[in-house]
Amino acid sequence: MSISYYPGCTLKTKAKNLESSALAAMKELGIKVEELDRWNCCGAVYSLADDDLIHIVAPVRDLIRVKERGHDTVLALCSMCYNTLARANHLMKNDEEKRKTINMFMDEEPDYAGEVRVVHLFDYLRDDYGWDKLKEKIKKPLNGLKVGPYYGCTLLRPKEVALDHPDNPSIFEKFLETLGAEVINFPMSTQCCGAYQVLGNPDAAVKVSHEILTDAVAHGAEALALTCPLCDYNLGRRQNIMQEKIEGSPEVPVYYFTQLLALALGLPAADCHLELNRESAVNLLKDKSYI
Amino acid sequence: MSYKITSKTIDDNLKRKVSEISGQMASKCFQCGTCTGSCPMIEQMHITPRRLMALLQWGQADALRNVNTHWICASCHVCQVRCPRGIEIPKVMEALRLIKLRTNENYIEPSNLQPEEIIDLPQIALVSGFRKMTS
Repeated sequence: MSISYYPGCTLKTKAKNLESSALAAMKELGIKVEELDRWNCCGAVYSLADDDLIHIVAPVRDLIRVKERGHDTVLALCSMCYNTLARANHLMKNDEEKRKTINMFMDEEPDYAGEVRVVHLFDYLRDDYGWDKLKEKIKKPLNGLKVGPYYGCTLLRPKEVALDHPDNPSIFEKFLETLGAEVINFPMSTQCCGAYQVLGNPDAAVKVSHEILTDAVAHGAEALALTCPLCDYNLGRRQNIMQEKIEGSPEVPVYYFTQLLALALGLPAADCHLELNRESAVNLLKDKSYI
Repeated sequence: MSYKITSKTIDDNLKRKVSEISGQMASKCFQCGTCTGSCPMIEQMHITPRRLMALLQWGQADALRNVNTHWICASCHVCQVRCPRGIEIPKVMEALRLIKLRTNENYIEPSNLQPEEIIDLPQIALVSGFRKMTS
């Protein structure tokens, strides 16, 4: 059964390294995904107001595209897209009154009642593919890479869409272990990086991101793996600003989880678009002879 | 910070509006402070989420008028998953933001953002930031 793939806006440009490495890795693993041909922006954040249904229309439209295609599963790579699609789906499945209003509003679309399953690549690998099968496919295990898994918020919260226990997850650890890496646990791995506050209160975002990186390094991580383009921006790309603003800010190589997956599967570095990562991230991979 | 509560300072209108928009009852909060202890953005906030819930319970609309707590909230939902009373606190914060945004006032002005500040931002940062902080 093939799966619809929902890329979201950022994966086509700023986070091309997330998309290209994920698509190459899934191809290598034999996971057949087909990109939705008429997807629209999911809205990035799920509406939290009871009286605001208009912002749920966009993600529901995407879910209708999946159903129309005859697929029963849609896979997202971006954490924010996963969260928004999964929550919209949860609402359509469980809230009869709101489902009716949204379906009536979109009278040009077929009715939708949450028939599609929304997955992230993580839970797909765990629940459908299996860690054992993944382990068999690893050609270049990332032995000796001390990497901290950074979950962020949207894969774990709120509970109705959480891939794992919101406070004590292990899915990312299991994934990295399967790749052969040495997993470094650190307490702040589920703490928010500041998210969109980088727009309204950039100094606050810098401060919390600095705390996360410092915590990971203090526990022995030499690199960070993450899943979300906004986390990558706050924790990765903005390290220069962090270093300017806060004395003693560490330099930490940051990777998307799919880049590490692609390399462990023995795929060429070109699939990972490492030019979009920090220089230190490329250097560490060279030092370890992974590329 | 101290507040004098008299019959004149009590205004239940805000509490009622927040409850309508968020579907959450501030009166359920028993002031344990788990939200405050969990919040990553706490240092930048004028008042803590726990105190915000208390002021809401007491109908202290004036005291809440100019606090930045709900504007600093990053909707990370850690308070929600840990709240022993099951209050969806991010929805309370969203309601407070929307009460202002629905009067057509922005918290950030997109036209004031400098091109060099936003050129590298991922689209999800812009979309989510504008969704949360503009009308």
